[in-house]
Amino acid sequence: MNSLIPLLVAAPLAGAALLLLGGRYLDRLGHWLGTLAAALSFVLGVLLFSDMLGRPTGQRAVHQHLFSWIPVNGFRADVSFQLDQLSVTFVLLITGVGTLIHLYSVGYMAHDERRRRFFGYLNLFLAAMLLLVLADNYLLLYVGWEGVGLASYLLIGFWQHKPSAATAAKKAFIVNRVGDMGLSIAIMLMFTEFGSFAFGPVLGGARQASEGKLTAIALLLLLAACGKSAQVPLQSWLGDAMEGPTPVSALIHAATMVTAGVYLITRSGAIFNLAPDAQTAVVVVGTVTLLFGAIVGCAKDDIKKALAGSTMSQIGYMVLAAGLGPIGYAFAIMHLVTHGFFKAGLFLGAGSVMHGMDDEVNMRHYGGLRKYMPITFVTFGLGYLAIIGFPGLSGFFSKDKIIEAAFAKGGTEGWILGLCALVGAAVTAFYMTRVMLLTFFGEKRWQPSARTGEEPHPHESPATMTLPMILLAFGSVFAGGLFALNSSFLHWLEPVTGHSEGDSPLQPLTVTLLTTVCMLAGVGLAYLMYGRSPVPVTAPVGSPLTRAARRDLLQDDFNHAVLVRPGAGLTASLVYLDSKAVDGLVNGLAATIGGISGRLRRIQTGFARSYALSMFGGALLLAATTLLMRSV
Amino acid sequence: MSYLLTATCAVPAAGAVLTAALPAGSSEARRRASKGVALAVSAATLALTGAVAASLDTGGARYQLTESHTWIRSFGIDFSLGADGIGAVLALLTAVLVPIVMLASWHDADPVRNPDGTFENVRRTQGFFALVLAVEAMVLVSFLATDIFVFYVFFEAMLIPMYFLIGGFGDRAGGPDSAAQRSYAAVKFLLYNLLGGLVMLAAVIGLYVLAQDQGLATFDLPTLTGAIADGKLVIDPTAEKLLFLGFFFAFAVKAPLWPLHTWLPNAMGESTAGTAVLITAVVDKVGTFAMLRFCLGLFPDASRTFGPYILVLSLIGIVYGALLAVGQKDIKRLVAYASISHFGFIIMGIFAFTSQGQSGATLYMVNHGISTAAWMLVAGFLISRRGSRLIADFGGVQKVAPVLAGTFLIGGLATLSLPGLAPFVSEFLVLVGTFAKYPVAGIIATFGIVLAALYALLLYQRTMTGPVKAGVEGMADLRLREVLVVAPLVALTLFLGVYPKPLTDLVNPAVNATLSQIHQTDPAPAHPVAATTGGEHE
Repeated sequence: MNSLIPLLVAAPLAGAALLLLGGRYLDRLGHWLGTLAAALSFVLGVLLFSDMLGRPTGQRAVHQHLFSWIPVNGFRADVSFQLDQLSVTFVLLITGVGTLIHLYSVGYMAHDERRRRFFGYLNLFLAAMLLLVLADNYLLLYVGWEGVGLASYLLIGFWQHKPSAATAAKKAFIVNRVGDMGLSIAIMLMFTEFGSFAFGPVLGGARQASEGKLTAIALLLLLAACGKSAQVPLQSWLGDAMEGPTPVSALIHAATMVTAGVYLITRSGAIFNLAPDAQTAVVVVGTVTLLFGAIVGCAKDDIKKALAGSTMSQIGYMVLAAGLGPIGYAFAIMHLVTHGFFKAGLFLGAGSVMHGMDDEVNMRHYGGLRKYMPITFVTFGLGYLAIIGFPGLSGFFSKDKIIEAAFAKGGTEGWILGLCALVGAAVTAFYMTRVMLLTFFGEKRWQPSARTGEEPHPHESPATMTLPMILLAFGSVFAGGLFALNSSFLHWLEPVTGHSEGDSPLQPLTVTLLTTVCMLAGVGLAYLMYGRSPVPVTAPVGSPLTRAARRDLLQDDFNHAVLVRPGAGLTASLVYLDSKAVDGLVNGLAATIGGISGRLRRIQTGFARSYALSMFGGALLLAATTLLMRSV
Repeated sequence: MSYLLTATCAVPAAGAVLTAALPAGSSEARRRASKGVALAVSAATLALTGAVAASLDTGGARYQLTESHTWIRSFGIDFSLGADGIGAVLALLTAVLVPIVMLASWHDADPVRNPDGTFENVRRTQGFFALVLAVEAMVLVSFLATDIFVFYVFFEAMLIPMYFLIGGFGDRAGGPDSAAQRSYAAVKFLLYNLLGGLVMLAAVIGLYVLAQDQGLATFDLPTLTGAIADGKLVIDPTAEKLLFLGFFFAFAVKAPLWPLHTWLPNAMGESTAGTAVLITAVVDKVGTFAMLRFCLGLFPDASRTFGPYILVLSLIGIVYGALLAVGQKDIKRLVAYASISHFGFIIMGIFAFTSQGQSGATLYMVNHGISTAAWMLVAGFLISRRGSRLIADFGGVQKVAPVLAGTFLIGGLATLSLPGLAPFVSEFLVLVGTFAKYPVAGIIATFGIVLAALYALLLYQRTMTGPVKAGVEGMADLRLREVLVVAPLVALTLFLGVYPKPLTDLVNPAVNATLSQIHQTDPAPAHPVAATTGGEHE
């Protein structure tokens, strides 16, 4: 059975290779081939999952060693997999949601002439993401980690003829590389500390290392997580990443890849648990981001960018939970999975709306769409109810648990974190209600499309697109309840993540009530602002906070002023200096030694050519003489 | 005594003479004949080098397949050759790249047709291909020589064919003063390297004199390093430092190490893409290789003394080269500055004095050769289509030539050391090997990976994406010959990224031998953990 583990990665990898190298012959069937590869991986995942369920708790984690990858004396990197409760959870999420989004893309990308390549990239993404969660050591994880970065780069920039898409793709890769630096150095530090960077030895031996070293490793891993999961201060790429086709936003930039940072922290729990200072940093990053993303989400008129702000914010919740240690790990992953369902569903819904509205993304140009796109409306609506935490739906259970866990951190810290998380819940309800009202309710505010010059004729999307939306809506509704039933999800993950109840100053029921009240307040405020009076087609100027939030709270202005502009100045002056100073200095030094500089200027005389020729002649002569000397 | 190594070096040398002697190429058939001969010779050389690498016994002696032919008896100079794992993989790299470079340069040296139908300089084609084979022969001798004098002679002699390759053949994309620029670049290349070589010659003679005084009148490397290790040959510390610097200077010019790098952008920018690959992927590797083999083995104490200083220079080179690459306007100069950054990594790996650092540095030489060849040769195809090297003259190429754009992206991704591709393996080994002894240097060098992403992806974005620029519209995609050039490079980059073990198996024993010469061991982990808890479930 274990020998099936490598096939999980191999199936989509083979699909990617076929699709990218196969040429035009595959244009007609390539998308189905890609979908099939994803589905095959899902089936394998289900088989492995049921096999794991059949084994007692203690024997669920399995390893599969493939081959020795980089052996240099004490440095041993292997291509070797580990399938345990945590990784199989990810496998099912990635391949399940992945297959649905492949299916959706068959319809969504039907008119794109490069559809085959699109599916090749999607398959490549699946392979890399599965490698990331299946690796049994940090270096192999790093391969998947940058592999998903590559797939993300290729897919954000899929419409490369658009300069904005090409710029966004590059920005995502480079910001992520800053995070990858953290992972890189963390692995080096593990190697010098433990002589290994495999999960077993590092996590098992963490107790032997000093707290300082563990804190350093943990902070470096946090840096990596910030890059991949778009957490403050490396959040700036996610909004721009919405340049990619919408299925990409759903799969990579909502449901799976961006959550890899949460996986990394949870997987490395043994290190974080022993580094309380680093854990504080994690919860601070998570809390700041959950508020940051929520505020940005309130101000965006672009439906995808509003959802991107929301993604950032929801991952902030997960990071916050992961930073709480054993109190929160399982809930971080639980919210990750439910978020995977409802956020993927919301993005697919947004894609369906855009599909029907001639690729319009400005919600101020939507309105009243519920009558024209009933399936999209219902599935999006269920996703909406799930994300705001409407009682009984998925998000209600998972988010509530995180807020409880935040209070359970205890002390002043617990109060601060819990209250911030509550505020976040209110803001989430506000911006999602805003999205809902602007898109599906109110008057029609449709504008002539820039491409065709005609007013759009919204229509429901084809079955390949609506079917995945319907299935994801089921997940959005029921997954949370299922997971919360008898704390089944918690017990499932507990052997890997550990669990502790913490020390909550509030009763769970009180927290649930507070959360619900906050949610209702957010919904009510949004209804007052956007539900009762007509929405202007052009955005009002707004308060300074709104204007700043529209500009992503000035993140790009900050990066430009602090990094880009000084950097450009530095390179420009270095280019100038290299030709003048360094070259001049070396030439000048040579001149003082051998008077060469003067000769360098007399290049036109052909003297060097004759010099070289005479040298060549001299060498020949030397060789001839020595040969003669030998024979004498 | 086996003659395999002599044959490996003699075949391309004889091929060079044969190619040069073929009748002048006024007709297409004659030109094709000379190209065909040269290509066949390079293929035979590849087969021979493959045989060398395959016949090495990884558990055997340091130098294998050794042979020695008396040359100048009165000075104790023998034409002696021997292969170790490091020399063998670099010889293999050379032999792999030369036929690829030839195929890529297939029409770069065709004579210019005059309006009246006659040709100017009909011997150009033969000349170019003969020179390439001559370079190959000399480089191979350098990688396989175990006699210091023989190494020196060929190390210097390869400047001559390189000089003519740089000065004589351009890429037809320069401005009106391109001939002058090119000859400036060729002379700069020659003078820098000659100066380095002269300093080395003095050190070679100095070493000989010292050894002769102690009864060792020989240039034989294993004899001398053995005598130094056993204390039979004692060199006064000051003299050792001077000799080390003499050798190192020559290698640092060739490698090139900051601040001696300024000849490289000129030489790579002005020559053809094929020649640029020969420079950066093959000839420059002799410099880094020689640091590892000669500086460390002959002068262990001085190596340890100067190691940290060299480490600082290489660190500057990593960051400096990458920053300059970001600021370039010319595609080929960008690749050249990227190479300077990469040479920084290689030299850092060597002087970190850990097995990961040095094995990583050796793999880095191989992987940089392959990946830069892919990147540079596709850039060459791109430049020859547009007749310009300026980044600003390109845009939207992926729309008209997707295969070209795709391979250019793969070259760029390899250059930025994407995990899964070969350069990642070597770069990470160098970083971890450096970090183990010099954590701060390792951390600073890691900034290089962000800068590499910046220059590689900026170049791709500016040339390949966006709307199709004027002058790019009708651009043809890669032809069959060009695909044949790129395909093996891409395949090797992938294969060695996933399964580098055949190379590490060859290189590790030689690296361990080098480290024991300088009395260095890998630092032990602070809290070693028995590796039985994970990854051992076969």
